[in-house]
Amino acid sequence: MIALSYPDHITATYYLILAAILFTIGAVGLLVRKNTLVMFMCIELMLNAANLTFVSYANAMNDISGQVIVFFTLVVAAAEVAVGLAIIIAIFRRRQSVSADDVDLLKG
Amino acid sequence: MIGADAVAPIAHAPVDWFAIAPEIALFGAALAIVVLRSVVRHDDRVPTASMFIAIAGVAAAGVFTGVQWGFVHGNGPYQAMSGLVAVDGFAVFVQSVILGATLLALLLSGGYLRRENLESPEYFALMLCSATGMLLMASANDLVTIFLSLEILSIALYVLAAFDRKRLTSQEAGLKYFLLGSFSSAVFLYGIALVYGATGTTNLTGIAKFFSTVVLLHDGVLFVGLALLLVGLGFKVAAAPFHMWTPDVYQGAPTPVTAFMAAATKAAAFAAILRVFVGAFHVYEVDWRPAIFGLAVLSLVVGSIAAVVQTDVKRMLAYSSVSHAGYVLIGVQAATDKGTSAALFYVCTYAVMATGAFAVVMLVARRGDDRHALTDYRGLASARPVLAGLLTLFLLAQAGVPFTGGFVAKLSVFSAAIDVGQYWLAVVGMLTAVIGAFVYLRIVLAMYAPPDDAATAEGPRIVVDAGTGVALTIAAGAIVFLGVVPGIMLDFAHAATQLLAH
Repeated sequence: MIALSYPDHITATYYLILAAILFTIGAVGLLVRKNTLVMFMCIELMLNAANLTFVSYANAMNDISGQVIVFFTLVVAAAEVAVGLAIIIAIFRRRQSVSADDVDLLKG
Repeated sequence: MIGADAVAPIAHAPVDWFAIAPEIALFGAALAIVVLRSVVRHDDRVPTASMFIAIAGVAAAGVFTGVQWGFVHGNGPYQAMSGLVAVDGFAVFVQSVILGATLLALLLSGGYLRRENLESPEYFALMLCSATGMLLMASANDLVTIFLSLEILSIALYVLAAFDRKRLTSQEAGLKYFLLGSFSSAVFLYGIALVYGATGTTNLTGIAKFFSTVVLLHDGVLFVGLALLLVGLGFKVAAAPFHMWTPDVYQGAPTPVTAFMAAATKAAAFAAILRVFVGAFHVYEVDWRPAIFGLAVLSLVVGSIAAVVQTDVKRMLAYSSVSHAGYVLIGVQAATDKGTSAALFYVCTYAVMATGAFAVVMLVARRGDDRHALTDYRGLASARPVLAGLLTLFLLAQAGVPFTGGFVAKLSVFSAAIDVGQYWLAVVGMLTAVIGAFVYLRIVLAMYAPPDDAATAEGPRIVVDAGTGVALTIAAGAIVFLGVVPGIMLDFAHAATQLLAH
């Protein structure tokens, strides 16, 4: 049997570090991936990392406002999804591709 | 069963409608357009009516802004909505600039949409939504309000950039702006989260108060948060090295949208930068000033040098927009009242000259919005002397030639930098202004050169519609006015800075 030792108490730090890791994954993913849908998901990951940070801090500081901000973020993320997917679909209809590499008309 | 009297009424925070009256006027006009669109379906007059509703909305917002200025002037600045929104001179100044830029963009849009067969009321509704976000950003006194207004303005702009469904470049611009814009918003949001963690509040006044009583021993989280805030806002003002999207999006977006983006978005985002850094994080001035110094130098150098090698006029103007962001940052990094009012004046001047220049670019591009190469400008002066003269005026203003607003604006940011001993920054600014002048003169020389072959002289005639004519006249008048009698606007900017609600 493998003995795993868990910390007795999960403090806010764990959540904050998790959020930082999620945020980094999102940011790096956005920069290296070529599929616009995956890039889009990376943005969502970054937003949710920020949400997790807000909630952890709000819990640690016993302050409600950090939790309220999360609702605003959720609404914003939903609006972004609507607009972003619409733009991606519009491009897909013209090119039959969602790869960012094909989006290359504008350069110089 | 719970008695009715056991349920306490939910306490509502009083809503100060007066504080957000300009935003409500704009958003109300946007809603009116959407309603009109859905009620009156098959009528060719709806797009034109929408434009007039939009202009009426902007005018109403302008009136409310004027009333707010009178109130602030008499009673002093104050905060409304439990500190989320500030009603102060600073907000009024930036809102006036945004409303002016919106008005000019609306005037340009009518004729453009007709020319490109894109007429639809949604365009005006989206532009008003975006302007609403910008107004809110100018008066936001809380990081969350700034984030929300950033999103309101951006989401509408993503759609506007991709509005020309027939042109693939427009959709591409929309996609690029969307991906990088929402990336920067996410970065900004994470920055807010970290600042919230470090200070326990997102209110700008609260943050300033926190630092006046507390000294943080471990301020690593705060610095990371502050850096992320700067990155997020740096994207929106198109400061190097966060300017990668600017040339592509400016080039691909419909030209009136480009003008709107350049003029109004920059004003709103700089308002947020000034409020956050010069206002709330004043205590950490020593730490953020070098960062803004770096951004300013990079923007100036990258913006002016990259513009030299371009052959597309819209891209040239996009890179010049990056370098103009650098000039405004010179004023910001001074972190003094003088620097703030210089930055405000610069933003105001830039709004006028950018809109004017893009208006002429829009006309020269003609139907299809694709004649943007430098060679398309050859012979413009002999074909359309007035248009060529106007573009020359706007470009010379951007170069900073005396008797135009651009000169006074550059002078005031440089003198703000010299006042705080930043001689090197002023020198870099002047050197890049020379490089910038070369870029603008290239366009001017192309216009006054004879057309090199018959092919460029042909093509459809340039048609100046009434709205664009009015917009060009206003912009040309304003840029000369700002250059010859700058005192009025400089005093306004100065008074606005004094009436900042801390």
